Amino acid sequence: MTINEIQDEIIEEFELFDDWEGKYEYIIDLGKKLPKLADEHKNQDNIIKGCQSIVWLHAYKKDDKLHFEADSEAIIVKGLVSMLVKVMTNHTPEEILKSDLYFIDKVGLASHLAQTRSNGLASMVKQMRAYAVAYQAKDN
Amino acid sequence: MSVLDINKIRQDFPILDEKVNGRDLVYFDNAATTQKPFVVLEALANYYGHYNANIHRGIHFLAEKATSAFEDSRTTIQKFLNAAQKEEIIFTYGTTDGINLVAQTYGRKFLKEGDEIIISTLEHHSNIVPWQMLCEEKGCVLRVIPIDDKGDLILEEYEKMLSEKTKFVSVVHVSNALGTINDVKFIIDKAHEVGAKVLIDGAQASSHITIDVQTLDADFYAFSAHKLFGPTGMGVLYGKLDILNAMPPYRGGGEMIKEVTFEKTTYNELPYKFEAGTPNIADVVAVKFAIDYINELGKENIAAYEDELLKYATDQLSEISGLRIIGQAKEKVSVVSFVLDGIHPQDVGVILDQQGIAIRTGHHCTQPLMNRLGLPGTSRASFAVYNTKPEIDKLVAGIHKVKKMVL
Repeated sequence: MTINEIQDEIIEEFELFDDWEGKYEYIIDLGKKLPKLADEHKNQDNIIKGCQSIVWLHAYKKDDKLHFEADSEAIIVKGLVSMLVKVMTNHTPEEILKSDLYFIDKVGLASHLAQTRSNGLASMVKQMRAYAVAYQAKDN
Repeated sequence: MSVLDINKIRQDFPILDEKVNGRDLVYFDNAATTQKPFVVLEALANYYGHYNANIHRGIHFLAEKATSAFEDSRTTIQKFLNAAQKEEIIFTYGTTDGINLVAQTYGRKFLKEGDEIIISTLEHHSNIVPWQMLCEEKGCVLRVIPIDDKGDLILEEYEKMLSEKTKFVSVVHVSNALGTINDVKFIIDKAHEVGAKVLIDGAQASSHITIDVQTLDADFYAFSAHKLFGPTGMGVLYGKLDILNAMPPYRGGGEMIKEVTFEKTTYNELPYKFEAGTPNIADVVAVKFAIDYINELGKENIAAYEDELLKYATDQLSEISGLRIIGQAKEKVSVVSFVLDGIHPQDVGVILDQQGIAIRTGHHCTQPLMNRLGLPGTSRASFAVYNTKPEIDKLVAGIHKVKKMVL
């Protein structure tokens, strides 16, 4: 699936909820289901700066494609992070750099993107793109 | 029962009619900043709409009117703090600015290598970092008064720290994170016994406690207008006249000079020596209206009602299983910090926000205190005179919802 196809799928899932409670329960559930990040990757280098809760992001490349694994102390952030990981994982650095992440706005979570200082979703997106740039540079 | 008519008070604060996420706003983030009554908003609009002018040097009507309103505020603040003279009232940008002013002028002139500066574990970063910067520059030593597990300062330890090496003590009057009211009179008296000067960070105290700088015998007292229903970007530094006179100026520029030639500049008298440039005239003018508003309600009445809210909130929150109140000092202002078992404070804040309830979560700019308590942060509800018990009931219901959703 392309990045946009995954985004559209998430948007469709969120259309099922007509109130904030359902939406947040779903995000919390995503957070709970996100596989635990191995302790070795929960290191200082993988911490995303600018978040109120600690968020770890680990990236690696497999068959020309980038993969992300992440974790957070806070469950809602973890749910949000889980969606980002789902959208961005298993794509080439070029695809990631070209991507337009419209799903966050479409599912009504744009405020989480704006509140960079409190939950760092924007920092997380930036860091994912930074990894894409780094891996691209390494290949050239 | 309070002698205050809280419903009437609520009508003075237009923001309380706002809807947040479709719900009535419940504003419990008063320790971060308080909301503004109509009288303050009107004062700002009035100033800009009717007598905006640069002050002190103008000879025209508007300049004189603005200058007189500006200096009226100084007199109001002098009375508010019971300072001996109005020249002891310096306008700043806020508490942080006032502390930096003292560190950078008094500190740089009078402190030297090996001198000790005492602060406490309860300090906000703004009463830590300016002293660390000074210590780095001058080779002074920073010492920290410890706290007990309830959040009270261990004053016996403070007494042991004091010696002829102690040259400065800078301590918070009321802890922003835990609400602890410190016995600053005792702290000041003990410091004076060894000849040290004392600054009190009054950011959190100014709206809750009656402050009398002469009875306290504080050498410096700093606070911010926006925490007492006034505008942001305006603060006050009180300093004893002889100490302020002995201090070099902080920033250079207009207003703070007596005479300038390219060879030498002589400085203006107090308080203007410390007020370089065009000051924050509108906000200074408006703060008088905030203080008049407080005085009209009566600080004792406000404190009594806030105590009632604190007690009610403490009782109600204590009944929630898995909730632990952080900070149970003997004397507290209306601040309740808490943690919930198995739930990160950020999740508490986000889910309460969805219900229209504004609290603060995180380390509250007191990372060393959080480290001492072994917590990444807390959730903090802080109350002002316009808050009500039914609002606290909403908070309690909101926390139950957080637990239901997250656990």
